[in-house]
Amino acid sequence: MPILTVNKLSKSFGGLMAVSNVSMELEQGELVGLIGPNGAGKTTVFNLLTGIYPPTSGYITLYRNNKKEEIQGLKPYTICKKGIARTFQNIRLFKDLTVLDNVRIAMNKNASYGLISSFFHTKSYGIQEKEVLEKSIELLRILKLDHKKDELAKNLPYGEQRQLEIIRALATNPCILLLDEPAAGMNPAETAQLTEMIEWIRKNFNLTILLIEHDMSLVMKICERIYVLDYGMVIAEGTPSEIKSNKRVIEAYLGEEMGNA
Amino acid sequence: MKEFVKTSSKNRWLSLARKWAVLLMIYVIVQVLISANIINDYIFSTFVTVCINIILAVSLNLITGFTGQFSLGHAGFMSIGAYTCALITLRYSSQVGFIGGLLLGAVLAALVGIFVGLPTLRLKGDYLAIATLGMAEIIKILFRNVLEDLTNGAAGLSGIPQFVNWTWLFIFTVGTVVLVSNFINSSHGRACISVREDEIAAEAMGINSTKYKVMAFVTGAFFAGIAGAIYSSYFYYIAPDLFGFMKSIDILVIVVLGGMGSISGSVISAIVLALISTYLQSFPELRMVIYGVLLILIMLFRPQGIMGSRELSLSVMKKWIQGIRRRNGGIA
Repeated sequence: MPILTVNKLSKSFGGLMAVSNVSMELEQGELVGLIGPNGAGKTTVFNLLTGIYPPTSGYITLYRNNKKEEIQGLKPYTICKKGIARTFQNIRLFKDLTVLDNVRIAMNKNASYGLISSFFHTKSYGIQEKEVLEKSIELLRILKLDHKKDELAKNLPYGEQRQLEIIRALATNPCILLLDEPAAGMNPAETAQLTEMIEWIRKNFNLTILLIEHDMSLVMKICERIYVLDYGMVIAEGTPSEIKSNKRVIEAYLGEEMGNA
Repeated sequence: MKEFVKTSSKNRWLSLARKWAVLLMIYVIVQVLISANIINDYIFSTFVTVCINIILAVSLNLITGFTGQFSLGHAGFMSIGAYTCALITLRYSSQVGFIGGLLLGAVLAALVGIFVGLPTLRLKGDYLAIATLGMAEIIKILFRNVLEDLTNGAAGLSGIPQFVNWTWLFIFTVGTVVLVSNFINSSHGRACISVREDEIAAEAMGINSTKYKVMAFVTGAFFAGIAGAIYSSYFYYIAPDLFGFMKSIDILVIVVLGGMGSISGSVISAIVLALISTYLQSFPELRMVIYGVLLILIMLFRPQGIMGSRELSLSVMKKWIQGIRRRNGGIA
């Protein structure tokens, strides 16, 4: 059963077609990779899926709780509330806030008390704040970052900042998680740890994951299916072994053979 | 675990009780000093200025320091509160009239905040600053020219009945500080801070940034309206030019000096600046020059402001005192 379908999605910036006629399908519980050379439009696809840009044309359909819903062009915060969370290629944490606050902010929708409650710290404030606090600490504990909960996000080492971004995305209680180059800038040991973490959260949080990554060892190891993007178009789709031997993919990455010239 | 929760909630009540006890003590001491005439009218008027500046700075800090929206129109909101309260107390000269006028002024300021905020808060940084500056000028011109029959134009309103005493002043100042810091320590406040930190990330985490910007802007406007009402009711006289561009800048200076994103910083800096400017009154010719040099020096040596984005609380002060004691080998 699909959870998200993308149908002929296009985005142009002036004369540049950044994404053209991209169609994709994510099955419930799948881990799908999105790869392609630099500038192929991978992050633009993410930005379209999360509402940062409205698409020029095409449809994005989300199937959740037996409901079919078109979400293209909605605002980012609405899409987040519908269950799509993401991380960013260039880490975008709330740098001057603590690790705990980063997570608590993502749990914002859990605290539904009103403005008056927040001014006077009424009983509903107390109950819901305590709940959010406990949930946040629990989430940090599960993903082994609770010992740093009071540190400022900017003071974390790079690998842990990436980890915190994933935790923060999980705090919004998503059904689909979009990871934009989670292993960028990591050493092999950190990448191995991250790979483990991604597989673990997919199982335990019942998630569907779409992942942009340049580290092919990671992609080939954990992705069940891969889409390859070049010049804004999907040039190949298939299992890791199919993609590895696909001629168009090799051409896109390494260039055409010179033989015929 | 249960035990822990119990003791922590007990501690919370204790620290809350301690805070209120300290505040009550300050109130009683000042009240006694006033009745003993040690705090005379001159000193008390400085008190009023300090308290008004605290309310203004804390409310602007909510907009500029915590939500990160650079506003140069705070005096505009203040003038709405001032004129509303003045016009009402001039007709109904009673405590009820004063409180009613003050609240109505604050609500009107908040309404104007919604009206102005919804379109302008889509702008960022300097563009928003210029738009809010324009708004404050429009409000000023409205009071000076358009509503002349009501507001007596550029000559201003005088003979406004005085209802502000230490009790009211204390209630509104402490009230503003407590309510704004409560707001900051709630999910709404955290959402505002996240908008300052990274608007795109905040939106991706499910936070409607426009909603929270308007929320902060309107709350700030509400409290600025209260400050204006207190001003008009204490100083007998208001005129449109009192609430011009320079007034907005004065408030911004307090906020920046105290530290963007620190409520206690705003309070401390309002007090420090009032002390400096009172002291400098003995050098009238050089007063503004020295004031300016001091501002430059503070910004050079502490660009993040007096408090940065940290907060001063009783527990922090206790730690400091303990630290000093330890350094002095337990003598002090």
